[in-house]
Amino acid sequence: MIFQLLMDKTSTILTRTKSFFAEIGDMTLFAGRFFREVFSPPFEFTELLRQCYNMGNRSLLLVGVTGFILGLVFTLQSRPTLMQFGAQSWMASMVSLSIVREIGPVIIALICAGRIGSGIGAELGSMRVTEQIDAMEVSGTNPFKYLVITRIVATTLMLPLLIIMGDTIALLGSAIVENLKGDVSFLLYFNQVFDALRFSDILPATVKSVFFGFAIGLVGCYKGYNCSKGTVGVGEASNSAVVYISMLLFVIDFIAVFVTDIFF
Amino acid sequence: MNSEKNKKPVLELKNLHKSFGDNHVLKGFNLKLFEGENLVIMGKSGSGKSVMVKCLVGLIQPDKGSITINDEDIITLGHKELDILRTEIGFLFQGSALYDSMTVRENLEFPLRRHKDKIENFQGTEILVKEALENVGLSNAIDLMPAELSGGMQRRVALARALILKPKIIMYDEPTTGLDPITAKEIILLMRNIQKKYHTSSLIITHDVDCARVISNRMILLVDGINYAEGSFEELSNSSDPQVQAFFKN
Ligand SMILES: Nc1ncnc2c1ncn2[C@@H]1O[C@H](COP(=O)(O)OP(=O)(O)OP(=O)(O)O)[C@@H](O)[C@H]1O
Ligand SMILES: [Mg+2]
Repeated sequence: MIFQLLMDKTSTILTRTKSFFAEIGDMTLFAGRFFREVFSPPFEFTELLRQCYNMGNRSLLLVGVTGFILGLVFTLQSRPTLMQFGAQSWMASMVSLSIVREIGPVIIALICAGRIGSGIGAELGSMRVTEQIDAMEVSGTNPFKYLVITRIVATTLMLPLLIIMGDTIALLGSAIVENLKGDVSFLLYFNQVFDALRFSDILPATVKSVFFGFAIGLVGCYKGYNCSKGTVGVGEASNSAVVYISMLLFVIDFIAVFVTDIFF
Repeated sequence: MNSEKNKKPVLELKNLHKSFGDNHVLKGFNLKLFEGENLVIMGKSGSGKSVMVKCLVGLIQPDKGSITINDEDIITLGHKELDILRTEIGFLFQGSALYDSMTVRENLEFPLRRHKDKIENFQGTEILVKEALENVGLSNAIDLMPAELSGGMQRRVALARALILKPKIIMYDEPTTGLDPITAKEIILLMRNIQKKYHTSSLIITHDVDCARVISNRMILLVDGINYAEGSFEELSNSSDPQVQAFFKN
């Protein structure tokens, strides 16, 4: 009995693992198709600009508010500990380094996975299900170029910008706390921030956020474009897009930290 | 009928096979569409009619068989050539398939964007779009979104979109399904007018016996994945075969 149960469990786990890796394989092929088609004409510049505008515009407020609260809370929580060691003057450099190098990019990318990634999954999914993608193909427009490439390029370009903006607002939030609680002037605070930050902090973080953007666009498009039939499929596409993106973001982050460690 | 036998078909399907896993949908379907005729395909729901037309425009790759349109083999055709050939084909999707993030105007302009060379002969996109909408009697809907239209209006916009490049061959996948009888009649009349005006060849998939009676020159019944019976509306409706009779009984 127990043996039978164990066998059943193992086989379900095995099939799940297999389909997981099959999916990773499909996604790699999808990425391959992206790189094959992205540099060949025709280019859909108008649609690319529209996508960039939409993504930036839709996430601006969310990223701003998240960044602000992040900086505020982070500073408030760290103050007592730093004060115990009499190290309040390190506040600016500690906060700026951790936000710019790690917390800012990861948190903002996760927010954008929920905002942009799931949106792409749902939009392309419903276009697939209602045959709009087929209709595009029939009318002589390559839907992969028009829908997928524009979106992946747009997320890749926009995410670094959103992250830089979010980081800046987070530091502003932190400066406000320091100004109110620690009587540090804004000028002094930002002088300390710029003293602490080096080129080798900003460059890896920006490169990393380019990859974050690519991951969000790629997985969102993959899930939506290959959506299975039916409205259930659309929900499933947008939902699993967020799950996969979140996992992928941490994997990329992990790799990025290793690589950064080697070079800087 | 006999004179058509000598004509060359604009579209020919030979021995088409398509399966989805264990589900064998098409098992050797044959079809010829001659110039200027209205060919009606009838078949039960799920018999593979939509799969068959999607094979015709290259949306689904058949497992076996050949498809020739204007003497070109669709299956071996490259992407570029296929796109050029597709400007000669209008396709009305079963579910209209309007782009719901675009206005009616943008929907109609979409097929034109890749075929600027073809438009140069015409008077520019604006006039083309207006003319296409006038043809379907929806001139005042030009700036609405598809979600703001009723099902019948969506179908008419989709029809206008399918016709905007003035294709030689038009494929209608169930143009009247889900519409009330009056709107359905309007759509049928519209299809007839367009056929007369531009002398197109049409492939019409339908369940609707009235529609078939009004519009068909010839009919094919798709049963069990093959062309089960063929003939004019009168011939088929007077057939003694119970499988054929089942389509015409109410
Ligand atoms: N992409 C697909 N994947 C798997 N099976 C499919 C796919 N498309 C169609 N089928 C199957 O093929 C069969 C025929 O479907 P099709 O849509 O052609 O029917 P139809 O004759 O157009 O029916 P209806 O009149 O209801 O539109 C169905 O059994 C369907 O399950
Ligand atoms: Mg169908």
